[in-house]
Amino acid sequence: MQPFTEKCVEKGLLLSTILSGSITLCILFFMVIFSLPLFEGGQIDQFIRLEWNPYEGDFGILPMMVGTGLIAFLALVIAVPFGLGCSALISVFAHGNFSSLLRKIVELMTGIPTVIYGFAALFLLVPMIREIFQRGTGMCILSASIMLAILILPTIILFMSDALNSVPKSYLDAADALGATSAQKLIYVMIPSAWSGMISGLILATGRVVGDTLIALMIAGNAIQVPKSLSDSGRTLTSHIALIIASDYESLEFKSIFLCGLILFIYTTLTVFGLRLFRYLKIIGDR
Amino acid sequence: MMKPGLILSLFATLIFLLIGFSLATAYEYSSGLDHFSGKKGIIKIAGGTAHIPVMKEAARKIMRMNPDISITIAGGGSGVGIKQVGEGLVDIGNSGRKATDDEIRRYGLKMFKFAIDGIAVILNPENPYVKMNSQQLMDIFSGKINSWETMGWEKRGINVYTRDASSGTRKIFWKKALNKANITKTANFIQSNGAMKSAISLDPYGIGYISAGHIDRTVTAVSLNGVAPSIDNVRKGSYKIARGLYMNTRGEPEGLTKLFIDYILSREGQEIAGAKGFIPIK
Repeated sequence: MQPFTEKCVEKGLLLSTILSGSITLCILFFMVIFSLPLFEGGQIDQFIRLEWNPYEGDFGILPMMVGTGLIAFLALVIAVPFGLGCSALISVFAHGNFSSLLRKIVELMTGIPTVIYGFAALFLLVPMIREIFQRGTGMCILSASIMLAILILPTIILFMSDALNSVPKSYLDAADALGATSAQKLIYVMIPSAWSGMISGLILATGRVVGDTLIALMIAGNAIQVPKSLSDSGRTLTSHIALIIASDYESLEFKSIFLCGLILFIYTTLTVFGLRLFRYLKIIGDR
Repeated sequence: MMKPGLILSLFATLIFLLIGFSLATAYEYSSGLDHFSGKKGIIKIAGGTAHIPVMKEAARKIMRMNPDISITIAGGGSGVGIKQVGEGLVDIGNSGRKATDDEIRRYGLKMFKFAIDGIAVILNPENPYVKMNSQQLMDIFSGKINSWETMGWEKRGINVYTRDASSGTRKIFWKKALNKANITKTANFIQSNGAMKSAISLDPYGIGYISAGHIDRTVTAVSLNGVAPSIDNVRKGSYKIARGLYMNTRGEPEGLTKLFIDYILSREGQEIAGAKGFIPIK
């Protein structure tokens, strides 16, 4: 028989788990309910189109869907190599005080508010990109991806370095005994064994990069088009919601943002499940 | 030893000065601000971003005299202003356009027009263009002319900046300057008059439009068909792209909200509007 207090604590923890879990489900439910009218009567194809022009009755959100996908993908492509390098430096190559100093700096980076990044980019990165490409405003998907990459780097670095640190010491000893260099140890022993933890960092980072609104809103330019090059401006689903939310409640324009929300939800869920599946297959494959 | 006459006259001057100061203070109290004395509470204002300089100055004056009153001012655009006041989230919703009949009916809005404001096309000061005609303007905003080279300047693309869907400035500009022509898809979207000014001041190849009250040295205003968007030209009506600035309330305003609106419409409030580059209506 458990003591009474222990039972209370257990129930309390269960309750908070159910509560936070159910909020996610409630939001999904809410999105589905509100975007349901759009699915009825074959109206849905009206939204999955390239044209957005509310004055003429065009409500296509396809450019925003592409925009979100492109910017998120680019940000990850930029962030992952840097993340891998930094975490390897912190956990493998650097030692003692230097390593912990680097880690402290990265931890500090997690605390910088998004708006600061956006603001700094507006004055420093945007004019630079404009002059490098010699075209466009400099507010483009490349600028946004670079800033988003910087935003998610700390998450990736900390997760990866934790994963690398948790590789069992006996593995490392075995590698040392075989005369492996640090680099060989990293590539052949640590990364394969820390794989699962590193993917967790990627999952979190992906969620953040798809869901972040402010950076894309401030420096992606928000043009309603499918970006054809790195220096084209684009609009993400999140900044689209932020820009449209002020319109009339009754209008189709406003209703379409529930669809945007739903698609965002599906996007993140799919990437998370995709990465999970990848990790799962990798683990199965290793056996 | 000073002469008694001199002392007397010094004394008299001092007294005159004192009376003068106290009269001046009393005048400031009696000039519309005294209605606020002894009042307590919060006034929440949101919406049109063109209005912000006037609202801020008025709020500063009121709050300095009456520390118990606090006034919050947020942007968001005309659409946000009307929506938030309609739903009771704020006391005053600003808009740079008239509320539509539908909005008035649905929310029971009362409109208070307090100033007239021109909408100017702006360029970066590095740009040599200070004149355009309507056709050129439409061609640039629709994307038909997309390089400054066509206009006889550098071989760089024209970066068109426009405002978000909630903007009243955009609605009026689109109707009166562009004749409801489409704006190019590559246009960048900016969220407030202030942000538009900084975007253009940072981009030598940009073109945008802004409330005339916001123009300063960091941007150049374009003369359209030979008419500059100056206060005089807007007042005379020779510069056509202009609109009223409105404060909206749900139902008749009461209490502090009414006092605030009365203050903006008073001589002193109208002076603030004039000083900020708008045309007072009284």
